[in-house]
Amino acid sequence: MAVEIPKVSYTGKIKTIPIGDPSKGILVGGDEAYPFYGFEGALPNAPRIAMDVQDTPPEECAATIRELFSDVWDDPVAWAQKCIQEYGADMIDLELASTDPNGLDRSAEEAAEMVKKVADSIDVPLIVYGTANVEKDSDVLRMVCEVCEGRHLMVGPVQEGNYKKIGAAAIAYKHTVIANTPIDINLAKQLNILLGNLGVPDEQILIDPTTGGLGYGLEYTYSVMERIRMAAMVQQDEKLQLPMICNIGKEVWKTKEAKQTIEEAPELGDPTQRGVLMEAITAQDLLLAGANILILRHPETVKLVRSMIQELMG
Amino acid sequence: MAMTGIQIFKLLPKTNCKDCGFPTCLAFAMALAAGKAELDKCPHVSEESKAQLAESSAPPIRAVTIGTGDNALKVGGELVLYRHEKTFFNPTGLGVVVSDTMSDDEVTAKVEKADKLEYERVGIMLRPDLVACKCESGDPAKFEALVNKVQGMTSLNLVLMSDNMDALKAGAMAAKDRKPLLYAATKDNADAAAELAKETECPLAVKGTSLDEVAELTDKLTKAGLKDLVIDSGAREIKTLLRDQVAIRRLALEKKFTALGFPTITLPCEMTDDPMKEAMYAALMINKYGGIALLSDIQGQAMFPLLVNRLNIYTDPQRPMATKEGIYEIGNPDENSPVLITTNFSLTYFIVMGEIESSRVPSYLLIIDTEGLSVMTAWAAGKFVADAIGIFVKKCGISDKVKEHTLIIPGLAAGMSGELEEELPDWKIVIGPREAAHIPAFLKG
Repeated sequence: MAVEIPKVSYTGKIKTIPIGDPSKGILVGGDEAYPFYGFEGALPNAPRIAMDVQDTPPEECAATIRELFSDVWDDPVAWAQKCIQEYGADMIDLELASTDPNGLDRSAEEAAEMVKKVADSIDVPLIVYGTANVEKDSDVLRMVCEVCEGRHLMVGPVQEGNYKKIGAAAIAYKHTVIANTPIDINLAKQLNILLGNLGVPDEQILIDPTTGGLGYGLEYTYSVMERIRMAAMVQQDEKLQLPMICNIGKEVWKTKEAKQTIEEAPELGDPTQRGVLMEAITAQDLLLAGANILILRHPETVKLVRSMIQELMG
Repeated sequence: MAMTGIQIFKLLPKTNCKDCGFPTCLAFAMALAAGKAELDKCPHVSEESKAQLAESSAPPIRAVTIGTGDNALKVGGELVLYRHEKTFFNPTGLGVVVSDTMSDDEVTAKVEKADKLEYERVGIMLRPDLVACKCESGDPAKFEALVNKVQGMTSLNLVLMSDNMDALKAGAMAAKDRKPLLYAATKDNADAAAELAKETECPLAVKGTSLDEVAELTDKLTKAGLKDLVIDSGAREIKTLLRDQVAIRRLALEKKFTALGFPTITLPCEMTDDPMKEAMYAALMINKYGGIALLSDIQGQAMFPLLVNRLNIYTDPQRPMATKEGIYEIGNPDENSPVLITTNFSLTYFIVMGEIESSRVPSYLLIIDTEGLSVMTAWAAGKFVADAIGIFVKKCGISDKVKEHTLIIPGLAAGMSGELEEELPDWKIVIGPREAAHIPAFLKG
């Protein structure tokens, strides 16, 4: 009995976007089929993995993260180097946690200087995330864009409340914006339209649909991403034909179950492997739903997810 | 083609006798049309109607039951490719494989772990479903001994695995009352396997080396009168396995290709020696259409993420997950501890709970039933408002647990603080942070 796979007739494809210094030729997107469905369309660019670095030592974190990074975590430059040299990160994400007005409230100038220092010390693409505080991010990320002119950063989260200011700076200083909306396909589309009207070229926009970690809203992110990808590829929704980015490490490693020790939760097994699998399964789910760039924290997760990507793209 | 509720209604007795558990025949018909009820719940429907309904309502992917009683595992019966299109119904069955060449102690340890492991999450118990007994010795007597040992140890559902028909038969006869899944019929033993499945009335797995071969086998077995089949496409490499799962689901749903209209069984345990990789393969099968995934071991570090992934993927997208109303004690609070209140939307609860825990400030968290709505939505729907909160705070008994009556409300609900002060004159109302992430700083400050 000859069995043939019914194929999806795709009517749209994901735009190909250069990441980092365009002369290096690092591309994401270009998908002509759903994730890992290479049997029915071209997937020219494998998903990329960034590792996250925080601009200030984390207050409370899992023991395994402490063991791996506490030697470098008061120095973002050294932290980034460790991720690249030891763990082979494709790119770095610098989290500007210290700018949080409810925390250290560091100034935009200080933050931008730190970003510049990290950008100057690495040769791979750099993502910069603020704290999702609309007003503060607006100041911080504008300043980051200006100070790092020509570095082709990816900056976010750019939200409806600050897209004009950050978007304008991204256009002027040639950076990519990470358009972030709260797990909603219509809002995602609307923000892309607004950014387009402002004059941000499609090649400088990534969609961040807001990430829920495993057990903490993953299913909402998963389904909204599947819907975004379907709208882009079979419903001709041009404004959603852009690569997606998911900031996973920070969501997963802040959860209770990723931090609990073996004494606190013996039934959850080995804490390191448990945390790594929570992060890796979140990553794999969101890859299946359409993520083109993942931000991860644990080097073992990076290794595991990278080998899954290789096997599935094969 | 599937019938509408009204079309089905016309074939029912229309007596509204309620024997099916629904208030009216129409309500039952609607549930049938939605795939949420089964026709055999109606004891009065005529044979003629039954035949007509069975033909039109046969699900594109058959639902197969493994085991008996309340803990039986139901797999298949899926209606969509993407969970947002409706929901995924029957969660991927997870199980562990033990073999008759393992030492007695190893078998005991694995089965015990599978039997005991369970987690509670938002009132739902998460646990593995299956123990698979595999004959690797080739000796029917040894295999039978293993099957007997396992069924004596656990009430989990069983899979019996052997290429050797004599061994499979020995195991099946020993465990047939438990309705195990027999694994597997191949092109070399299809007739004997079919006979055994019929005799024992057990579901039967079909294993091929390609989808073509599987379709030929299921066609043959269906013609021999078997209905409860489970498919193993034979792929042991993740890229091919994913393609096969997608092909099977699409063919069944979109082309009504009945030869592949069955749930699948997958074996991550045979695909790698690395337990982390094995967990990733099993996770992928939860997302992408695996009916069953068998593992080589049950370890908390892998089972917890897998079971939570399964819960997330199989949650009905139209029904928000909710936790129970009540007083939650975090970090052994005493009479001087702060009291916070929020809604029972499971995400709200998890996030607020997590932030309070990370603050390490012992606290009471009051959870009020808002039918699974988040703070803003519940406020807009009139479920997280001053009078409802007032009634709940008075009756829940928190007043007796704390000396100082101070209630911390979500920053997003600040607008109701005046009204709430009127409802709860004995309480001081304090407006908490708008974002859960700021709770630790707030509690410590």
